[in-house]
Amino acid sequence: MRITQGCFSFLPDLTDEQIARQVQYCLGNGWAVNIEFTDDPHPRNNFWEMWGLPMFDLRDAAGVLMELAECRKVYGDRYIRLSAFDSSHGWESVRLSFIVNRPKEEPGFRLDRHEVAGRKIRYTTTSYAAGRPEGRRYGGS
Amino acid sequence: MSTLAVTQGVSEASTRQVDLRQEFNEVGVGEVLDQLDRELIGLRPVKRRIREIASLLLIERIRKRMNLTSDVPTLHMSFTGNPGTGKTTVALRIASILHRLGFVRSGQVVSVTRDELVGQYVGHTAPKTKEVLKKAMGGVLFIDEAYYLHRPDNERDYGQEAIEILLQVMESQREDLVVILAGYGDRMDKFFASNPGFRSRIAHHIDFPDYSQGELLAIADLMLQDMNYKFSPDAREAFMRYISLRKTQPLFSNARSIRNALDRMRLRQANRLVADLDRVLTNHDVMSLEASDVLASRVFRKASGE
Repeated sequence: MRITQGCFSFLPDLTDEQIARQVQYCLGNGWAVNIEFTDDPHPRNNFWEMWGLPMFDLRDAAGVLMELAECRKVYGDRYIRLSAFDSSHGWESVRLSFIVNRPKEEPGFRLDRHEVAGRKIRYTTTSYAAGRPEGRRYGGS
Repeated sequence: MSTLAVTQGVSEASTRQVDLRQEFNEVGVGEVLDQLDRELIGLRPVKRRIREIASLLLIERIRKRMNLTSDVPTLHMSFTGNPGTGKTTVALRIASILHRLGFVRSGQVVSVTRDELVGQYVGHTAPKTKEVLKKAMGGVLFIDEAYYLHRPDNERDYGQEAIEILLQVMESQREDLVVILAGYGDRMDKFFASNPGFRSRIAHHIDFPDYSQGELLAIADLMLQDMNYKFSPDAREAFMRYISLRKTQPLFSNARSIRNALDRMRLRQANRLVADLDRVLTNHDVMSLEASDVLASRVFRKASGE
């Protein structure tokens, strides 16, 4: 199952050139671009790990792409996303984020139905990948 | 219509011919070069070299439109010359030329020295150097006094690590970044001798000559004009003598010495004006530097003392 989240989630995966253009747009607006990665694909997993520090004061997308290439080298089997942080007063939050890398195989989610009192059903989604320990979820050793 | 097709490089017929003059004007590189001629005094070999580079880039741009692909020309440069010969100023200009011709995307200059590239403990250097490189991407990275990166007397110096990262990026991301190394001639030669990788990755070695006496005077005039001051005729004559004396003394650093001398003269002029409080100052008074302001310099005393 192909996980989607953030911006451009209805589009096919962006090419590097398209990513560069989007990053350039972010930098043009004065946003700091961050690289984050995770191997826990659950939609409620808000806390992805950061690759290095947020990149403030960049002028050109090539710098971000350089870091992204480094990150892919190490965590190419995980989800990687870019997020753009707007530090201007009143915003001070993430303005845009999109996935730039995903594992080759995404096993998807299991839906658990939990029957509770009064014939009510509670639903839980569990990622099949999350069954294995962190770091080994997508074929990583 | 046809210009649109040309820029996209899709039309076969229209990319056969390009009007060179139109192209030249369109890019606006002429303005930058003229400005360079106007505002930078002397430096004839440097200007010639920059013109050559600009021409090459202009032709390269046209070739690209004609679909005659070739590698991106290597644009890394090294500027050598004595202190105060305008290396930094020229680096700024180069950046704007490269930007106009579309060889760097944003045209900013990130100016760094050893401190900003080399870390203080193990594992500190690589992130630090990369940070700087990322900031400079799409523009020009100007490394002043580049020879400090290499400390031959200390084997465990982290400078070598910074050099390796620099070399790697200079090679692999030539279209994203232009690196300009600057420093004094003899030390740069030693630096290149011990880092042959650098020498071969840099296409343009530009040597900045010292200024002649007349050029230094012209520079002083230009500086004063920018600061809204002027020499009285006597002072100008005295300053000419000042230059010839100062040039022979040690630690002379060309335009920078001139700037410092002018700053000291402004100080003396202000002091002279304030000394007499019971007078009405005119525009002329506060603008002009007198001979006495120049002649009070230490340089003259030393010369007459010997």
